[in-house]
Order: sequence, then C-alpha cells, then structure tokens
Amino acid sequence: MLISQNILTALRGLMANKLRSALTILGIVIGVAAVVALMAIGNGATSSITSRIASNGSNMLNIQAGRSQRPVAGAPYTPAYLYYADYESLARTLTDIAGIAPAYQGRFTVTQGINSSSTSVTGVTEDYLKVNNYEIANGRAINANDRTKQNDVALIGATTATDLFPNTPDPVGMEIRINNINFTVIGVLKSKGSTGFTNQDDLVLIPLETGYSRLYCANASQNGQKVLNVIAVSASSADTVDSVSSQITFILRHQHHLKLADADDFRISNQAQLLSTLSGVTSTLTTFLGAIAALSLLVGGIGIMNITLVSVSERTREIGLRKAVGARKDHILFQFLVETMTLSITGGVIGILLGAGIAEVVTLLKLITAQVTFSSVMLSFSFAVAIGLFFGIYPAYRAANLEPMEALRSE
Amino acid sequence: MDNQSDAPHALIQVVDLTKIFYMGENEVHALDRVNFIVQKGEMLAIMGPSGSGKSTLMSIIGCLDVPTSGSYILDGLPVEKMNDTQLADVRSKKIGFVFQQFNLLARTSALENVLLPLSYTNKNRRAARDKAMQALELVGLKDRVKHHPNELSGGQQQRVAIARALVNDPAILIADEPTGALDSKTGEEIMGLFQSLHKDIGQTVIMVTHDSFIARHTDRILRLADGHIITDAVNLNPLKAGEARRSDAEM
Repeated sequence: MLISQNILTALRGLMANKLRSALTILGIVIGVAAVVALMAIGNGATSSITSRIASNGSNMLNIQAGRSQRPVAGAPYTPAYLYYADYESLARTLTDIAGIAPAYQGRFTVTQGINSSSTSVTGVTEDYLKVNNYEIANGRAINANDRTKQNDVALIGATTATDLFPNTPDPVGMEIRINNINFTVIGVLKSKGSTGFTNQDDLVLIPLETGYSRLYCANASQNGQKVLNVIAVSASSADTVDSVSSQITFILRHQHHLKLADADDFRISNQAQLLSTLSGVTSTLTTFLGAIAALSLLVGGIGIMNITLVSVSERTREIGLRKAVGARKDHILFQFLVETMTLSITGGVIGILLGAGIAEVVTLLKLITAQVTFSSVMLSFSFAVAIGLFFGIYPAYRAANLEPMEALRSE
Repeated sequence: MDNQSDAPHALIQVVDLTKIFYMGENEVHALDRVNFIVQKGEMLAIMGPSGSGKSTLMSIIGCLDVPTSGSYILDGLPVEKMNDTQLADVRSKKIGFVFQQFNLLARTSALENVLLPLSYTNKNRRAARDKAMQALELVGLKDRVKHHPNELSGGQQQRVAIARALVNDPAILIADEPTGALDSKTGEEIMGLFQSLHKDIGQTVIMVTHDSFIARHTDRILRLADGHIITDAVNLNPLKAGEARRSDAEM
C-alpha cells in the first residue's frame, strides 16, 4: 500500500473528527510549545548573563593580595600585599598576554563647583582601558607621558560625568578637585552598564604615579614599597588563560619568597571560570525546565494512545473488512501507526509555532531576549514523533491482531 | 483465472474438515469431518440455521480461519497449512467477499471503495483504476463512481460491495446473507446480479444463507446442521431472480 495513500486515508479519518483530533494533539502541542519556549527563554537568560560577563573581558585574570586559607592558630599574622615590583616582574616575564594593568584604588570626595561625589579614584597605567574593556567616549586616554610627568589629569566615567557636570555636555578640559587637588578632565568613558552588583560607570582614573605621589601617599606604601590593590591581566586568548594563571602563580611565589609549604598570599580570579560556572548553572536550569516540559509530552503521548485505542475499537469492522479483502497484519499496523504519527507530527509542528510565538512575545515584552534554537526545535519535534510512534504501536498492534471474522461481526 | 487443467477443475476440495472451539472446559465441534468438492463455475448455497456451522465453514473457505484438522485445497493450494501472511495473500488473490451489511468505508467514494483490495497488491495506479472502473461497470454503477456510500441506496451500496469483491478476479465469490439488509425487490435485483455474473462470466459463487428462498436461486444446496452436511443436492429448477416471488416459492 502506498505511503501517500495511507497518509491521505489517515488525514481524512482525522479531519472527519476535527474536535477529537484537536483535543488529542493538544497534549503534544502544549508539550512541544513548552519545551521550545522554555528552552528559548533559558538560552536567552544564559546568553544575557554570559554577555555581561564577557563585557568585562572573559580572558581576564584579576590578581589580588590575600591568603585563601586561614592562618594557623597562634601563628603571627602577617598581612599580604601586592607590590608595584610584582607588576614590573610580571610585565617583564609573562608570555601569551594581551595586556597587564596594575591599579591602586582609593575612595575620595570629588568636587566640581557645588557638586560633589564620593567616588573611587583609581591610579592606572595606559593598559587599564584595554584590559578592562573601557572605551573613550570623548577626549583622550592616560598615556605614558602623564605617568612619568605625574600630570594632574583624570578620566571620568559616564555616571561621574553627569554627577559632577549636570549641565555641561562635554566636561573635557574642565577642572575637578580630588582631595583639594585640582585635576584636569582629559576624557570621558563610554557607559558599560551596570553588572547588577556595582556601577561600572562611576569612577575616576588618574595616572598611577600621580596617585602615589599626590593622593595615596603613605597609604600606598608598605615595607618601603609601593603597593597595588589589583593587577588585571588579559590573556591573549581563552586557551591561554590557564597557562597565564600558572605563570602568575610561579612568578609571584618567587617574588614573595614563599617556601614550598607556604600557601599563596595572593588570589587569582578568573572571569572565564566564573563564566563557565554561571553558564553551566543556567544551562543545567534550561535542561531541567526542558525536561519538565517534556513530561507533558509524555502525557500527550498517552492521550494519543487512548484516542487511538478508541478509534481501533470503533473501527473494528473496517479492520475486519480490510483483512477480508487481503490486508496483511503489517498493512493494518502501518495504517494505524501512520495515523498516530500524523497526529504527533501535526501536534509537533503546531507546538513549535506556538512555542516560537511565546518566545517572540516574551522578547517583545522586553522580559528577556528569548532565543529559539534549532536544537531545541529538533529535539522536541523528534521527541514528539518518537512518542507518536511509541504510543501508537500498542493500539496498532491490537488492530493488526484482530481476528477478521470476529471483527466483521462486531457491532 | 489460472486454471491448471482444461477439464472441469476441482476448485475447492474439502476433506474431513473439522473445527473445534474451546469454550472453557467444553469442546464445541463447529464442523465435524465435512467433505465436499466445488467445481469451477458452480453457483451453490450453503444453508443452515444459526449454530449449524455455516459461518465457520464460510470463514475457512474464505481463508479467514484455518481448520483444526482435515484438509482444504483451494485452486491447488493447501490452505490448511498456511500462516496469517500467506492466508492474507490468498484472500487478496482468490477470494471476493460480499457481506450482509455491505461494509463500505464511509466518506470514501464508490471508486475508492472498489480500489481498496487493489491497494494491498502491487498493481500500478492506472491499471488499478481501470480495473475498478470495469468492475463498477459490470455491476451497473458506471455513473455513480464519485458517490459516497451515504449518497447511495442499499442496493447500490451492495453493488459497490460486489464490484469490490470482483476487482481482483477472485476464484470464488463468497456472499454472506447478501440480501439480508435489503427489501425483497432490491434483494431480487442483487440475486439477479449474482446469477448473471455466474452465467455471463462463469464466476464461481457461494451463497451462505439461512434463507431457503435465496438458496433456491442457486444450482446446488448444501444443508448443514450441528457441524455436519446433512444434504448436498443439485437444485434442478433454480429460481430466476425477478420472476419468482417469495410467497409463490414458499407454498
């Protein structure tokens, strides 16, 4: 028997009972739509989180002073520091890096006329913007000349600019006072947006050497050496992050004269690690949501089986007749499987459209930028088809094994 | 039709045919050592009250069931040894069924109903269509091919069913109470159709009926009771459809 003829027969049978067919596929429709929509929303959430982290530079490593283990009780407490000399040594020795940016950060009151703001003032080098993914909106960056001459110049963040200069569209060239010292604004940074934890646009950047000599002074000096809060290192690519991290450990342990048994007195935090941890969590959540949605597909499959069993018993005489005119068992089996497959495929297609529609609505409502993925569509669709096949087999098998004579006599 | 010799051919050869059903502990002998032969081109009736075994005999002759013991040779084929698939194949090639309730597929045109048996064989579409049109013409429904069963009268529906039974050129046409759901006038017309198929194209026809009036339209009557053949007689004066009336015949 031709497949096309079988499909035609099945469609005709299903169209004859429109309401029943619609109710039968409802479970599959809801299941597939839920899988597609939830996966789309999950994927959208994942990529929005990862893109925010990636905006900080996903190849970035942050080095800070500090021990990760608690000191042994009774042992003398020796605070850990990160020195300017550590930066120099790292800058000289590290390979596979795209940039290295030391920074010393302090909190000061910054004023301009009657406006004032308590802001972090960070002493930086010329690599800082690149390593931390900042861009200049207006004006120029801090250069090596500013550092050697210890110029009183400042780059300000977008939020700081509006706080201090509410009425001045372009504050470049204007003066601000930090701790009663005049600084000239040489540039304004482009907005990076909030990470949800901190406002990355509320900051003032000054040349590191200017900061040491004029602002931080004694605070930034320990054991006769200049200290740093953080050294940000940007690896040349995602693949070299791990190797750069172990180079840093090696160099810093050597710099700090640590013995084999000593613990590290610095911490390296890895954006890529954070990224993979977070995206791992979100993708697990997405899979979990998808799996819950898939359960409703299972329920839908049982619905199909139920209706097909009813259909088999309603059509017992037809099956008997088909057998009497020469249909083999496999013909009957195939006929009913085609019907359940037609139901589940139709349900799958409607479900995909509905799911994509839900994702579209969620995106239009600006809740989250849902991303319908090809894999989620394929997955839920093939799952729907598999369910149609699986739950169709039993009723079809029952139909195929009816005794023709009894089937013909049934009412 | 694939005759194996030119001589009158034993189309059906039934030897010691026995069918036992098991109802719990009880054995029911629906058929008990039944023997008979049917030649090609015969028109006969199998008669008997309900419970006589005629339906069981019909389902075995029609290859819908196999006997418990004994042998059944149809057109040279030992049917009693066949499995389900082989039986379906024999039904498809050698048997045409006509039922009391017509058993047409609803929402399906007369032509498509007649095409149904061909959909289980490997005939190409065009040849199948031509064949089905021929069969419909043979039963006088050439102008009703597009009609659905609910647009046809009972007699017309039974004609579609007969066309469906004929479309595979069956060796035997088995009719199970074919007039049971029709009024007597239409029933006579249907009996006339069977008689002309028998006369004009030499179709072998087996009527299964409890109705002696219908049985007397055939040339030979087998009477069954309690699983045995009690008489197997030639009907010397078969009734001609349309000329006899039930009341006259029953005198």
